[in-house]
Amino acid sequence: MTGLGEQIMFWILAPISVLGALGLIFAKKAVHAALGMALVMINLGIFYIAQEADFLGIIQIFVYTGAVMMLFLFVLMLVGVDSSDSLVETLKGQKWAGALLILGLAALLFTAIGRAQFGPMKGLSSVNESTGNVSGVADLIFGKYVWTFEITSALLITAALGAMVLAHRERIGAKPSQRAWSERRILENRNVAGLPAPGVYARSNAVDTPALLPDGTPSELSVSRVLTAREQNVAPARHIESEHDIEHEIEEGSQR
Amino acid sequence: MSTLTYATQALAQAPFADNPSTDFTDTPWWLHLVKALFVFVFLLVNTLIVIWFERRVIGRMQQRPGPNRTGPFGLLQTLADGVKLALKEDLTPKNADKVVFALAPAIAGAMAFVSFAIIPLGPTVSMFGHRTPLQLTDIPVAVLLVLAVAGVGVYGIVLAGWSSGSTYPLLGGLRSTAQVISYEIAMGLSLVAVFLYSGSMSTSQIVGAQKDLWYILPLVPSFLVYVVTMVGETNRLPFDLAEGEGELTGGFHTEYSSLKFAMFFLGEYVNMFTVSALATTMFLGGWMAPPGIAAINDGMFNHGWWGLLWFVIKLWLFMFFFVWLRGSLPRVRYDQFMRFGWKFLIPVTLAWVVVAAFMKASQLGYIAGPSLTFNGREFPVVSIAFVVVLAGAVLVIAWLRDNKKIEQDAIRNTPPPEEIDPFAGGYPVPPLPGQRLKEPSLAISAGDTATDKEATRG
Repeated sequence: MTGLGEQIMFWILAPISVLGALGLIFAKKAVHAALGMALVMINLGIFYIAQEADFLGIIQIFVYTGAVMMLFLFVLMLVGVDSSDSLVETLKGQKWAGALLILGLAALLFTAIGRAQFGPMKGLSSVNESTGNVSGVADLIFGKYVWTFEITSALLITAALGAMVLAHRERIGAKPSQRAWSERRILENRNVAGLPAPGVYARSNAVDTPALLPDGTPSELSVSRVLTAREQNVAPARHIESEHDIEHEIEEGSQR
Repeated sequence: MSTLTYATQALAQAPFADNPSTDFTDTPWWLHLVKALFVFVFLLVNTLIVIWFERRVIGRMQQRPGPNRTGPFGLLQTLADGVKLALKEDLTPKNADKVVFALAPAIAGAMAFVSFAIIPLGPTVSMFGHRTPLQLTDIPVAVLLVLAVAGVGVYGIVLAGWSSGSTYPLLGGLRSTAQVISYEIAMGLSLVAVFLYSGSMSTSQIVGAQKDLWYILPLVPSFLVYVVTMVGETNRLPFDLAEGEGELTGGFHTEYSSLKFAMFFLGEYVNMFTVSALATTMFLGGWMAPPGIAAINDGMFNHGWWGLLWFVIKLWLFMFFFVWLRGSLPRVRYDQFMRFGWKFLIPVTLAWVVVAAFMKASQLGYIAGPSLTFNGREFPVVSIAFVVVLAGAVLVIAWLRDNKKIEQDAIRNTPPPEEIDPFAGGYPVPPLPGQRLKEPSLAISAGDTATDKEATRG
């Protein structure tokens, strides 16, 4: 049966897994939810390893950390960096319908799993006598269950292709290369030396601070037009003011 | 006899080598602790030395001395820097997600050490009266463990980028996610060939299988791909896009200071050691003595603590390679880097794995069929067909490339026209040597007059 070390490990990791799972459901920020999920997946992997299923455990960690990382990326790209769940019900009565479905599924699972019967435990060492651990798994996957395996992979490939088709964007013309851009600039004789860089001041040099033209007006070209459209540009006025202040102080100091 | 029967026969004969060959029965629990401590200290000391080494070697490459004041040859410089780093103020930005911000460096630092547990540093040695392998542990899927731990380690970088609550770290974190995910695929694929050849994913078995021939020779393509991906995995120059100073100030660790920053720094260097150790184990025979030396005195240098010496030498060759790369290559552009990974490395490695699988299968006798007898020797038809197809493909590619080169040369060698209109393109162009200037047309159209007014962004 289970050894003492395994029991200790279980009673430490199981509550952590439950906390992670609850975090996935209740966390406000989408990224925290993804983190909770990663935690549960890693813990599951450790449980598998503790039960002598090395291959399964490592693959669990390997595959699911990558998968959660993908989820993380999609959260960041689609929902935004600081996204959080809105608690407004979009469909009326969605919560009650959901609860009903959950109860039904739970009943189904309990009856199905409750009926399952397990033979006596064999342990990994007895299995490993005839074949190695990994080759044993390989024999099963590519022998007895090869059709299930192949059909699953076909399903996954179809899903991946579907996602690619959905995300595909037809490009009408060829994408201009760096060379094409530069040749066009020269031909048009506009901004031949490139666009001006954003402003560099004594106290700030950020991309959202426009540079100053010789006459003191801010240069629109030196900042990204996206920032301009969002009205996120910082007016350089306060930097100029603070510079004047510093100059003033220096002058005062020299007179003292 | 059909191929299938051959296959089943060979399967029945093939030894199941996937379980580790190491024997931990004579290792009491306290010896495990001693070995864990040994690995930890080994990595820490090596990190201290490699930072000094890197600065000295790069200094030499750039014709300057490098650190040479603190201690003999400047050896204590890293120690002094470390103390200074630890005593700095620990800042947490106002916008940061406090918990994740503190968690990220811990993940990055801790995960770096885990993988080294399965690296065999040497053969079985005597330690405090016990015979024990010079390796912390070994499992049937040891190499997959390294990949899995690397996958978890990236969380440190990604979370650091996200939790800092500012733009550059976020960009750095996202870059590093995309980078590590794409390069881990190629890395895993390049290792598949080694698994096929050694018949195992356990590091001790892989080292044992290289007794006669290091895998760098039969599996050169895999080795080359691995070397590229290992630089990509560790975020080192020329692939350090996640922290490119020129573009993202510090990338994911811009907002970090003091010990938290030290964790990232340590993690990066320990990761370098891990990937180098894995390369040594997978392709350079691990702790085995180099071919000539291994034959001396009936394999004397392949026993006991000697293994550690060979292992450390090979490890440091890779570290030198890392430093050399940093000293000589500029950072690549991000889109080129991703294109290289997805459109070149992954397809090439996939094709190579298929070829390697066929080579191994023919070695094991899975591929049978009619054979031709020529000059008293038998040649299987499949092998002949393979050689013919491969040679044909090489010839066709070489022919196509030659044709392209001839065309390009023809374009390049066309002499420039003798007369040139300097304003033809609307912008003054000086004549090439030997060219005559055409009289410039002085009529300038109204639209071309230069204005001080800024043109709007087009």
